[in-house]
Amino acid sequence: MSSTGVTALSDQQPPVGTHKAGDDARASSPAGRRPRRKADWRKRFEITILSGPAIIMFVAFVIFPVVLAAYYGFFRWKGYGAPTDFVGFGNYLIIFADKAFHDALMHNGIIVVLSLILQGPVAIVLALLLNQKIRGRTIIRVLIFVPYVISEVIVGTGWSLMLQTSGAVNDLLQSIGLGALRADWLSDPNIAIWSLMVIISWKYIGFAVILFLAGMQSIPDELFEAAAIDGASYWQIQRRITLPLLGPTVRIWAFLSIIGSLQLFDLVYIIWGQYVAATAGTSTMATYMVANGRTSGNYGFGNAVAVVMFVISLVIALIYQRFVLRRDMAGAITERKK
Amino acid sequence: MTATALRTAPRRARRSRPNRNGDRWGSPVTYFIALVFIAACLGPILYIVLGGFRSNSQISVSPAGLPNPWLFDNYLGVLTSTTFWQEIGNSLIVGVATTAAVVFLGLMVSYVLARYEFKGRGAMYSLFAAGLMFPLTVAITPLYILVKDLGLTNNLLGVILPQIGFALPTTVIILVPFIKAIPVELEEAAALDGASRLGFFFRMVMPLSIPGVVTTGILAFIGSWNNYLLPLFLLNDQSTFTLPLGVQAFSSQYSVDTAKVLAFTSLSMIPALVFFALFQKRIVGGLTGAVKG
Repeated sequence: MSSTGVTALSDQQPPVGTHKAGDDARASSPAGRRPRRKADWRKRFEITILSGPAIIMFVAFVIFPVVLAAYYGFFRWKGYGAPTDFVGFGNYLIIFADKAFHDALMHNGIIVVLSLILQGPVAIVLALLLNQKIRGRTIIRVLIFVPYVISEVIVGTGWSLMLQTSGAVNDLLQSIGLGALRADWLSDPNIAIWSLMVIISWKYIGFAVILFLAGMQSIPDELFEAAAIDGASYWQIQRRITLPLLGPTVRIWAFLSIIGSLQLFDLVYIIWGQYVAATAGTSTMATYMVANGRTSGNYGFGNAVAVVMFVISLVIALIYQRFVLRRDMAGAITERKK
Repeated sequence: MTATALRTAPRRARRSRPNRNGDRWGSPVTYFIALVFIAACLGPILYIVLGGFRSNSQISVSPAGLPNPWLFDNYLGVLTSTTFWQEIGNSLIVGVATTAAVVFLGLMVSYVLARYEFKGRGAMYSLFAAGLMFPLTVAITPLYILVKDLGLTNNLLGVILPQIGFALPTTVIILVPFIKAIPVELEEAAALDGASRLGFFFRMVMPLSIPGVVTTGILAFIGSWNNYLLPLFLLNDQSTFTLPLGVQAFSSQYSVDTAKVLAFTSLSMIPALVFFALFQKRIVGGLTGAVKG
């Protein structure tokens, strides 16, 4: 019934796991085995006309490049002409032996875990708080969503100016008497990743709150009314009804958050640049890919990194769908929908 | 049953959870927490905006201070520069073209997925659903090579085409349930009146799915407006820069002129914020399930 992206996603997730990517690009011309003889060619024509353009665009600019990446990843290639210097799994061996990649992978891992831990609970509490029909709720919702709308480049530029050693944050700490807390927020390897986490949380927590609010509002009012009639207190209602029924939304959010953390690029690249990120301890797989691939002209190698990144994300996503999201498919959300 | 619930519930639940339609004032604690959180959300943005009204010496003497006196030179300087407007123009072209194409193509294919019975429909849906798993980051290097081979580097079209491809999965996944929710009776009635299915698509489906179209259109536009990675790889010529690239180029070009960088940054924030303010009901509402099929 609901047509929000989120619920639609959770509703119809199963195909992602069961079919391989790029399963059938020619689906637009189905085998005509239908009994309706006369209308059949017409139907096929309509299907082709209507779905052809989208499928062509999608396959050409999404599926094809990813397949190409897998192909180029087997070559030592500078990006000119056809790749000829076949190195087999050579690029992959280099990646797996490279300490810089291990570091980047670990940073990605830290970001995945900390994003969930830092944003999740705070966002749930805020959503509970805002899930009341109080005056001003619209404007509150809009304002907490603002950081999410602003582009990563602007967020990165603004925060990196604020967090400079001689920047506004240190100045503010000094002026409220906490000068001892002044730090090199961006360059100290012990601190930089935490600064990054603060920026990430600031940028994306609004999205989590709005998503959770969406989940809470799809819970039928009758449940709350019934609980209230039975004399349940506000906190009992939240604990026994809202939180359990919010489960599917939280799990979808966690999924999006994990995938986003694994692919993180823009913020790190803008704030730390392509070389500093490694020494500051904030490099990610994506910045590693750009620094060692395109920037240094090793396109074959860059593609191999992309493939590793893709496989890691895919495996994590499939495991997550298999073991965490599966419950939702047979569970609350689908039943509630019907 | 509902009648009794309505009559009894408010009495019992008055102190905890208002369940009438009319909003009322919440507890001060709620507002206090909300205010603290909003301040945290808006603080950095205010820093950028206010910094643009200061001079570099003001900023270096007191980085976290307020403008004193207020200076308008930085903003005027940016507003009168052609680079800024050109970058806005480029971003607009890319955004509008991407959005229009994504919505049109997405609507057509979603109609097929929602309303046609054919072999391979499940596979087609999975193809798009799987697209959610194909992030731009992974495809960027081959995309760069592909676009280069097409001769479209330093051409806005080179950014638009891949963006259409990458925005399609979300669009399809949002629109299919939307179109499914259009009553089949409408289609039958139209068929009785002699409308073909294509005719039904153009005359009925397109107008009826406007709310879904707006939601997906906004998502596509904001995605395009904020996209950084693709322009970074594909656009090297300053005259083709979109706004995010422009902000970055400007901040490295004028790295010593912090005030001007802040002015440029805050001005480039405005279009997205205006757009968001105009459509916030759709964006927030679209996510909060206000757009019910």
